[in-house]
Amino acid sequence: MSFLANSPMLRLALSPQHLLRTMSMGTKSIWLHKLRSFLTALGVVFGVASVVAMLAIGEGASHEAQEQIRKLGSQNIILQSVKPSDSAGGTNETRSMVIDYGITARDIMQIKQTVPGISIVVPSRFINDMVWNFDRKEDSQIVGALPIYPEMRHRRLVGGRFFTEMELSERLPVCVLNESLAAKLFPLNTPMGKAVRVRGNYYHVIGIIEDEGRAADSTGSSGPSNATTTQMLIPFSTLMDQYGETFFRFRSGGFEAEKVEYHEAVIRVKELNQVMSRADAVKHVINTNHKKDDWRIIVPIELLRQAERTKEIFSIVLGSIAAISLLVGGIGIMNIMLASVTERTREIGIRRALGAKQSDIVVQFLVETIILSGAGGVMGVLLGLAIPTAISHFAGVTTVIQPWAPTLAFSISVFTGIAFGIYPARRAAMMNPVEALRHE
Amino acid sequence: MSLPRAPHHGIGEPIISLRDIRKSYQMGDITSHVLQGLSLDIYPGEYVCIMGPSGCGKSTLLNLLGCLDQPTTGDYILGGQNVAHLDDDTLSAERCRKLGFIFQSYNLIQQLSVVENIEVPMYYRGMKDSDMRVIAVRLATQVGLSHRLYHRPTELSGGQQQRVAIARALANDPLVILADEATGNLDSKSGQEILEAFDELNRQGKTLVFVTHDERMVQRCTRVIRLRDGYLDKDEPGAAAERRKTERAERELQTA
Ligand SMILES: Nc1ncnc2c1ncn2[C@@H]1O[C@H](COP(=O)(O)OP(=O)(O)OP(=O)(O)O)[C@@H](O)[C@H]1O
Ligand SMILES: [Mg+2]
Repeated sequence: MSFLANSPMLRLALSPQHLLRTMSMGTKSIWLHKLRSFLTALGVVFGVASVVAMLAIGEGASHEAQEQIRKLGSQNIILQSVKPSDSAGGTNETRSMVIDYGITARDIMQIKQTVPGISIVVPSRFINDMVWNFDRKEDSQIVGALPIYPEMRHRRLVGGRFFTEMELSERLPVCVLNESLAAKLFPLNTPMGKAVRVRGNYYHVIGIIEDEGRAADSTGSSGPSNATTTQMLIPFSTLMDQYGETFFRFRSGGFEAEKVEYHEAVIRVKELNQVMSRADAVKHVINTNHKKDDWRIIVPIELLRQAERTKEIFSIVLGSIAAISLLVGGIGIMNIMLASVTERTREIGIRRALGAKQSDIVVQFLVETIILSGAGGVMGVLLGLAIPTAISHFAGVTTVIQPWAPTLAFSISVFTGIAFGIYPARRAAMMNPVEALRHE
Repeated sequence: MSLPRAPHHGIGEPIISLRDIRKSYQMGDITSHVLQGLSLDIYPGEYVCIMGPSGCGKSTLLNLLGCLDQPTTGDYILGGQNVAHLDDDTLSAERCRKLGFIFQSYNLIQQLSVVENIEVPMYYRGMKDSDMRVIAVRLATQVGLSHRLYHRPTELSGGQQQRVAIARALANDPLVILADEATGNLDSKSGQEILEAFDELNRQGKTLVFVTHDERMVQRCTRVIRLRDGYLDKDEPGAAAERRKTERAERELQTA
């Protein structure tokens, strides 16, 4: 539009009052061919709807992932014991009765001594065993933890309280159930103040904690399951008293025994920007101690960065799809506007004879295109908002509609109108009035 | 009467002056000279019929007079300004303010109502919405369409459509009204009505320059210009010349 950029005539044509009039005129022309206009706008409708919907789904997916990773704590490094697979081992040890693996007290001590800039190290142990409430039972993960556990793992208490330092040092039989276990064992009433039984011992329920995020699911030997793990958390010392260092368990005919000192240890790094280097240091320490592949390290902040990279790639793919669909929509609009300009050559001639300047004609056709694409944009946004809502409702996928997404999609539709409308509009304006009037 | 004596039957300074206007079209190697040196003056209040055989250049001349086209050479002074070689935007503004057009095929805009069609020239002049509406309704009433204000052109007869076109031509109170075969598409009855409307306009002092083949119009105009092959063939007073002069004299006597 450079040829009209500073023209005072264009300023007149764009004055609010004139623009309003031009818009009402444009609406009338569009309304003259309702079906044709609707079909033309449809291209933009689907383009915009797909932008809004895909943004919502993509945002929802990454939001869910990021939320789970954030729950693990971005300043944390999580070390987990992993039961080595039989083929990987191949030594005498794997054939022995007791499988001995995982993070040891020695590892933890060395980390504390050699890696600077870490504030706390919280180890925990997991045992899988049956938890009873009279005749109700549930195969659960029993977590031996420290009082700081909920804070370290960003897990909220939904009822009661967590156990204290005193209860830890006194090795008391108190427990906190996670929501799933509480619901399974006490479907009708609250477990608070009641007792649950594991083997011959009774534990007093003092609190209920929210379930662990799925990304943090660390079931150790039994592998991750997609159902939420039922958990019972007891003081680390109490667990040591009950189970000792080696854990025996009968299971489906055979029996297994494992000796694991710590199933998990959470290391908090003081400075956020040091997390990656400290993680490398921790890896180095454990690598020198362990010959077997019996541990793993989770660095949430690294996962977060990966999630962000994935999201970036997703955005590029999404952007390309949106660009293509809007390009197709734009070409449709341009095609119809060119046809419309030819069809209305006579009208253009009349308007020019009655005093319309070239800029008036440009504005008229451009406004018409923008109304067409803008209307398509509005319909597209509405459809685009409906799709993710339906998806979350029927498929149970989280979708997040950012407030800027519909705005962005609508602006793109208007921009498409301008980009693809300028050529037909200029062609209309450049017509010779005498020839336009002679046109049949 | 101390008015300067015009060679023809208008009064005052000419509002249109053509000086040696030439128009030629280049088609490949062949140049066709459509207008070959036309000079004429048209005065306020004249009712001019331009006649001549088909292809003699009547429409070409009218397009030049209407600032829709520009002469190859020569000067055209419209209302005191030479408009022969202006840029497009200025020409558009000249058309808007000084000229009114009536076409053979009415040329109304189909998606607009009667009043909206009449408003179009005012809109391009930048007039306010409310002012436009008042003038448009008054003009529609003046041409006898007060009961059809919000109808579409397709809902009107040919005669009614041409009356809308007349009202539209009057919208910006132009210096001259130009028409090419204004009665060409109408049956004799509606043609008659339109001719009477033109008479009335001329009586009110409007200057009309019409291209026509209609002999009835010749009976009503004050001046007949005949073209032949791009030359001015004859320029003579029309049948109404004397009548209009008497009317004007009478009116001046009354006001004096
Ligand atoms: N754009 C153009 N290019 C080339 N020649 C043209 C053009 N416009 C008009 N002419 C020629 O100019 C001549 C005069 O045309 P014009 O339309 O003025 O005739 P006219 O007197 O209006 O005829 P009619 O009474 O049939 O309407 C014709 O020979 C025509 O072929
Ligand atoms: Mg002609």
